[in-house]
Amino acid sequence: MRGSGLDVGKIRREFPILDRKVHGYPLVYLDNAATTQKPVAVLNAMDDYYRHINSNVHRGVHYLSQQATDACEAVREQVASFLHARHSHEIIFTRGTTESINLVAACFGKRFLQPGDSILLSGMEHHSNIVPWQMIAEDKHARVKVIPINESGELVLDDLEKMLDSGVRLVAFNYVSNALGSINPVKAIVAAAHRRGIPVLLDAAQAVQHLDVDVQDLDADFLAFSSHKIYGPTGIGVLYGKEEWLNQLPPYQGGGEMIKTVTFEKTTYNDLPFKFEAGTPDMAGMIGLGAAIRWVQDLGLQNIHDTEFGVMSYALDRLREIEGFRVVGPTDARHRAGVISFLVGDIHPFDLGEILDQQGIAVRTGHHCAQPIMDRYCIPGTVRASLAVYNTTAEMDRLAAGIEKAITILG
Amino acid sequence: MTINEQQDEYIASFEFIEDRFERYEYIIDIGKKLPPMDEKFKTPGNVIKGCQSTVWLHAEYVNGLIYFFADSNTQIVKGVVAMFVNIYSGHTPGDILNSEMYFVEKVGLQNFLTSNRSNGIVAMLKQIKLYAFAYQAKSLQP
Repeated sequence: MRGSGLDVGKIRREFPILDRKVHGYPLVYLDNAATTQKPVAVLNAMDDYYRHINSNVHRGVHYLSQQATDACEAVREQVASFLHARHSHEIIFTRGTTESINLVAACFGKRFLQPGDSILLSGMEHHSNIVPWQMIAEDKHARVKVIPINESGELVLDDLEKMLDSGVRLVAFNYVSNALGSINPVKAIVAAAHRRGIPVLLDAAQAVQHLDVDVQDLDADFLAFSSHKIYGPTGIGVLYGKEEWLNQLPPYQGGGEMIKTVTFEKTTYNDLPFKFEAGTPDMAGMIGLGAAIRWVQDLGLQNIHDTEFGVMSYALDRLREIEGFRVVGPTDARHRAGVISFLVGDIHPFDLGEILDQQGIAVRTGHHCAQPIMDRYCIPGTVRASLAVYNTTAEMDRLAAGIEKAITILG
Repeated sequence: MTINEQQDEYIASFEFIEDRFERYEYIIDIGKKLPPMDEKFKTPGNVIKGCQSTVWLHAEYVNGLIYFFADSNTQIVKGVVAMFVNIYSGHTPGDILNSEMYFVEKVGLQNFLTSNRSNGIVAMLKQIKLYAFAYQAKSLQP
């Protein structure tokens, strides 16, 4: 592990894309909650995979196939260790958080949901942790219930015990909100659900890149994240599930790899984790994810968190100097990670985003795939600046100056 | 002013204003000068689909001429919408249908809106031409 004070200048040099100019300005990339940029270590690992060991995994007897299988299975071990999972077969590779949640919704719903049952979600979920549950609920004549949020972007847990009634089959919510940056009290919610024997799915898409996530400590039953939000490639993600839960679920998709024996009369399914991995997996993606996790662990998640916290605190102080600036979500940097969602006066987020873009500043505008949150605040959307470890206080000055310039045009 | 004269005027203005941000101010200013749209016309049916921002477009046909009324919830798009209204409002369906829209490309208007939003320009023009087509068909009815 490198020292606690990260050398952000050195880190930035590992990301070729950060040298780009946009509209004539040096790029300030603040859309990391959508996807992070990739360090050379990840790019090289994937290039090396295709150049030297590409071969289909698990089925071949030849040398390359064995080498590819070993390399991919080593990543599974690595992810298990990264999440502090008990077993590596509790790690399922998927296409990303969305597919991970869809897998659980479909398979859990098929096995456990009865008419009249409910799934308890939070009011600050990404659409990908709402819609899969609505789909299976509709199918099973079940329903979705929602934990409300307050004005400060925190979950209101006063009535949680009451909401966890005998009809609730599963609780699903995010660790960190992609739209607000709120860090949710995972342990309290998990404990309350477990007291009633209800399993919990945690959407950790915005958590794993900012916080040390320990599935055993959190006691989550399922957890999902995407590689591309933690400096890895797109198209690959992870579903963690406790062995006892995964074993109870039927397979998600049928195909190669997920079977033991196939006859036209009867097919028997493979064991974990392969039961849930039909078809040829994204081998290069796995290798890239492995490199990304190694890169993150080399920096140290605590160091990443401390560095980002410093930049986030600086940004909040600097941005609050701007007349009309208001944060949507938690105002205290200690209760948030990654994301600053904001509005300025009555300027529409699209207009502000446009003028920032013209200054080479990449932010996201709109509802951030979390429309219910925007409805909760009665706003059309927000401007979202989301941080990664390579962002600097100088970039936050650029953001603030960019907003000030936008105000002169739009105000 | 004919459709092409108004287009040419915008092209000349943009050539005159060199600074990118001053061009935004110019666009927004055109939007601010647009006569307010009656709230009763801001119906779901008048929303232009394909725009990320909400854009309403309403048309009225008076004495053989089409008059457009529009609004948007964002300032930059409202300015763009206002340019379309100023170009096409007060002309016959035939003039609108026979006109060629060239100012968007000459001005580089698509560069003022990120690609998601510039799709709305196409949707806007399509809706204007649809109105013209419908009113022309109506006027040809015996």
